[in-house]
Amino acid sequence: MIGAAAIALVVAFALMLIRALSGPTLYDRVLAVNSLGTEIILLLGVIGFLTGRPDFLDISILYALINFVSTIAILKFFRYRSFQVSLTRRGKGGA
Amino acid sequence: MEAIFDFWNALRPALGSALVLVGAMLAVIGTVGVLRFPDFYTRLHAASVTDTAAATLAIVGMALLAPSFAVVFKLAVVWLFLFMTGPTSSHAIANAAHTAGLQPMIGRVDKADGGAE
Repeated sequence: MIGAAAIALVVAFALMLIRALSGPTLYDRVLAVNSLGTEIILLLGVIGFLTGRPDFLDISILYALINFVSTIAILKFFRYRSFQVSLTRRGKGGA
Repeated sequence: MEAIFDFWNALRPALGSALVLVGAMLAVIGTVGVLRFPDFYTRLHAASVTDTAAATLAIVGMALLAPSFAVVFKLAVVWLFLFMTGPTSSHAIANAAHTAGLQPMIGRVDKADGGAE
């Protein structure tokens, strides 16, 4: 049953990869890669339980952190075209 | 009391496997939504199924299968991270798309051009 769950996650993975590769806009691709990251986290945990080695969960924790940071970094880069911009709001009106 | 624990220990693997399987099926459903919905903002809505329901069910199922308490703690940490970062990154993506001027599709979607595009 866990094996069936792993197969279903791989199928979801492949379908999401189609959207990530063929998304019409940049934001579709970022969204697909973000959901792909969530599915990878679940798949890592399932593989850990499938092989009887739950140590894979450490990799899951790491992946959850890196996934979030990379999403924000991609969005920031394509908004400002640079990683050197501060993300804090400057002044009252301007963002 | 002892009988209740025995019953719970017999029930636990089946219940955990079933919850993991339901979570994986929800991930497939959310992915099909992302693939088939007509618009970026509707796709965002479909992706949140994967981020919340699928992740919660699969992680609760894995916690029922866990051999020790340390594994349950690690699963709780993964769940906490997913629930802090999922809505934040969804908001960041939607905000970036809206700021960049991506307009939502308004009105009815015809059967002819609804679907994969």
